[in-house]
Amino acid sequence: MNLVKSAAFIALLLPLVWLVCQALTTGLGANPVEKVIHTTGDWALNILLITLSITPLKRIIRWKGLLNLRRMVGLYAFFYATLHLMSYIGLDQSFSWEAIMEDVIKHNRIWVGLTAYILLIPLAVTSTNRMVQRLGIRRWKALHNLIYLTTAGGVIHYLLLVKRDMRRPMVYASILIVLLGYRLVVRRFNQR
Amino acid sequence: MLTKRPPDIKGSEITDEGFYMNRRQFIATTLAITGFASTLSSTSDAGEKLPTIKRGLSLQVVSRGGFSTDEKPTSYKDATSYNNFYEFSTSKEGIAELARSLRTRPWTVTVEGHVKRPKVYDIDELLRMFPLEERVYRFRCVEGWSAVIPWVGFPLGEFIKRCEPLSSAKYVEFITLHRPDEMPGQKTNVLEWPYLEGLRMDEATHPLTLMAVGMYGEVLPNQNGAPLRLVVPWKYGFKNTKSIVRIRFVEDMPVTAWMKASPKEYGFYANVNPHVHHPRWSQAKERRLGELSKRDTLLFNGYGEEVGHLYTGMDLKRFF
Repeated sequence: MNLVKSAAFIALLLPLVWLVCQALTTGLGANPVEKVIHTTGDWALNILLITLSITPLKRIIRWKGLLNLRRMVGLYAFFYATLHLMSYIGLDQSFSWEAIMEDVIKHNRIWVGLTAYILLIPLAVTSTNRMVQRLGIRRWKALHNLIYLTTAGGVIHYLLLVKRDMRRPMVYASILIVLLGYRLVVRRFNQR
Repeated sequence: MLTKRPPDIKGSEITDEGFYMNRRQFIATTLAITGFASTLSSTSDAGEKLPTIKRGLSLQVVSRGGFSTDEKPTSYKDATSYNNFYEFSTSKEGIAELARSLRTRPWTVTVEGHVKRPKVYDIDELLRMFPLEERVYRFRCVEGWSAVIPWVGFPLGEFIKRCEPLSSAKYVEFITLHRPDEMPGQKTNVLEWPYLEGLRMDEATHPLTLMAVGMYGEVLPNQNGAPLRLVVPWKYGFKNTKSIVRIRFVEDMPVTAWMKASPKEYGFYANVNPHVHHPRWSQAKERRLGELSKRDTLLFNGYGEEVGHLYTGMDLKRFF
């Protein structure tokens, strides 16, 4: 079990390591700021979807150990989302709060993305065992259902920002719908 | 004239104007004679072909044309590895590799519509028709990035004179190649193919408007719109039609590819304007390729002095 968790820890760090390696060697292409923002955003979404697929996977292959992994994976999603937000604030907007405020107010993709991030914060904060105890498992589970809203927010953020080619955001949307659909079906099944 | 790739020419090595003017006349005369001789041979039944200009070959640039900026050009690497060319892919960095499949010979450019001289030109004819100038222009993409490119070409206005447009010709349309087996993006519906763009007549004949056949002293790389592309530096990049096969003179304002794709976001004029925003993002600032911080966007991309008069009294927000 420890081996799997360690392997996952390293694997999820690789996208960042790769980005840094590229930055230090071949460079990040003609538009490095864009590269950083897109890569961190992509991985935030990728890992959110991976997080969402852990419970369904656990049901299918019946391995409780996966739940232990879920917290780490979820926190990694928060990690990449934080890097994505920091890149936007620092690299794209050069810490200009005026510019950021204007962007948030005027452009839907920005406030949608920001909201999705804000929803992740209580999830990250309540990720510890202590917090699960303090909240009680039922309230904790209810709170953590927010991850569906957060991921939907991320997908809509992506849909709103692409110029014309919707294919990739639509793939993310489809995967999210399938994962959500599965959960709803299971819930219905359990209620009978 | 074509030579093997020479070492990069430094600005300090550019000879002074007097010498250039005489050389220009000499070369123009030589080209005219050669061009005439080639015409003779190309019409012969022996089927002699005009010698082709290969990719990567340097172009004999006769002069550094007017309107050039002193700003530092974008690196050749960045300019040729970060491209919007949806005919190949919507991924900017994949274009250079995918565009290798483009065959730029044989290539013809058809001039048609409201002109006295409709004609099908061979690209090599066009390449020899005018002395080539280098123009270092700013380039601004509607997405918010920009570059400085040393284009090589000839003024579109000069070519239009040769075509002799009728008084009924109010607009010029430019159409890109349609060849889905070489341009895989054309198998998708991301835009309507072939790509269509256009200019008002006075925009087309403006001295700034360039028909580019090269950049950085060399023939245009495929990913940058080989073998012939339009350069209109005061407008957003999507107006700069690449890999042109058809130039059509028309009466009515063309409905361009991007207007069809998203009429609320992309208009006909597409003049660079920091006060007229894209519905989903601001146009107030831009990021120069290779730089980290943003810079202020300039009205008409800084060419206001040269082109402002074309739009006097026009509501730039309404006619975007």
